[in-house]
Amino acid sequence: MINTELLILGGGPAGLCAAIEASEAGVKDIIVLDRNQELGGQLVKQTHMFFGSEKQYASTRGFDIAKILIDKLKEDKNVKLWTDSTALSIYEDGVITAEHEGKYVKIKPKATVVATGASEKTLAFSNNDLPGIFGAGAVQTLMNQYGVKPGDDVVMLGAGNIGLIVTYQMLQAGVNVKAIIEGAPTIGGYLVHASKVRRMGVPILTSHSVKEAHGTNNLEAVTIWQLNEKWEGIPGTEQKIEADVLCISVGLSPLGELLFQAGCEMAFIPSLSGFVPKRDENLATTVPGIFVAGDVSGVEEASSAMVGGRLAGLSAALYLGHKVADKDARKADYLEQLDSLRHGDVGKRIKDGIAQATI
Amino acid sequence: MRIENHPVLDFGERKAVKFTFDGKELGGYENEPIAAALHAAGMRDISHSLVKHRPRGLYCAIGNCSSCMMVVNGESNVRICLEPLKEGMTVETQKGRGEIL
Repeated sequence: MINTELLILGGGPAGLCAAIEASEAGVKDIIVLDRNQELGGQLVKQTHMFFGSEKQYASTRGFDIAKILIDKLKEDKNVKLWTDSTALSIYEDGVITAEHEGKYVKIKPKATVVATGASEKTLAFSNNDLPGIFGAGAVQTLMNQYGVKPGDDVVMLGAGNIGLIVTYQMLQAGVNVKAIIEGAPTIGGYLVHASKVRRMGVPILTSHSVKEAHGTNNLEAVTIWQLNEKWEGIPGTEQKIEADVLCISVGLSPLGELLFQAGCEMAFIPSLSGFVPKRDENLATTVPGIFVAGDVSGVEEASSAMVGGRLAGLSAALYLGHKVADKDARKADYLEQLDSLRHGDVGKRIKDGIAQATI
Repeated sequence: MRIENHPVLDFGERKAVKFTFDGKELGGYENEPIAAALHAAGMRDISHSLVKHRPRGLYCAIGNCSSCMMVVNGESNVRICLEPLKEGMTVETQKGRGEIL
């Protein structure tokens, strides 16, 4: 059994910031556990510069933000970074099991931050399981982390920020994107991203979706069609596009399995993209000692995940009995940053969702 | 299928290694996920569904979806999107649920 003061599950933006904050707040023995060989979560594949404010590393590229956070933790004697480690379960007595460097280990932390992130959704259409149909994140991973092109001719489904940004990244990598199609009547992502890809010649077809995919062992073509106001396909509007990649960017759902198993009270909240833990303002769940941060607590984006991580790290340190002289100022700062990141229509939906999840 | 020039990213020098996929020798870079090496070699049909045996490839590439499980060095159900490639690895298409040790 490995005893530790604080265990952080997930080394993405939320988990890394939780570790930095907890260490600053006096926690002496922190383990960050991540199943990848490299920390940073999805940050390491973000080639674009971030928005937000200076505190959230605005104008810095995502992979550089990851490097800043990881470098800071590597020098921190309070923190152990466990990569290549997958958390397997959380038991009633607080024991957490994991596969770590190929071995089965048991960990008994005094507090835990669950920052497991989210997984990509898919969409129902005929032949949606053909090789060549990928989540947008998979394409980012192949391209931006490992330098492998997803294919030659791509159709992107979804004009939210991820769909638009990944399209731009494919163009950067020299991949031909034939069209972006979007089921909603309007583009969901920021107009600045949409304008950028349109200027580079990629059409964005709103009120369109995939009718079916074609191919035997690989994707060969995609038939799209127009949708009416009830989101039903309109016969006669079909267009067949030859493509070897269909990139699906229709949102994410929180990876809350470990929270369910730990007995945390969960709620289905559509504006947070699925089942999320009930929590208080400090990101404490209904199970004492278990805190949450990032997409697992409601799908947003990396900037708010970093601030949420800070807040959860602070809350965990206080729960562990550490005295933090400026705790009120820190908390007020994080809540204010989160509030300003959640702006516009999307921000309002997220705030409504969080209000429903907050106890 | 490899990106040669990128305006923002530099993938640096990587060590080339060899491995086999269903008996066929392929090349890749050490410690990249097996999935990246297979994809770069144009191998996208890497698994099949349990009941209807439909072809399957990568979907999420980050260890969530279980669409890419293969037999690696004789061990079944390895998520090749996470497993680092090493010199001389044997990678095989899995039949059914694979053998449990």
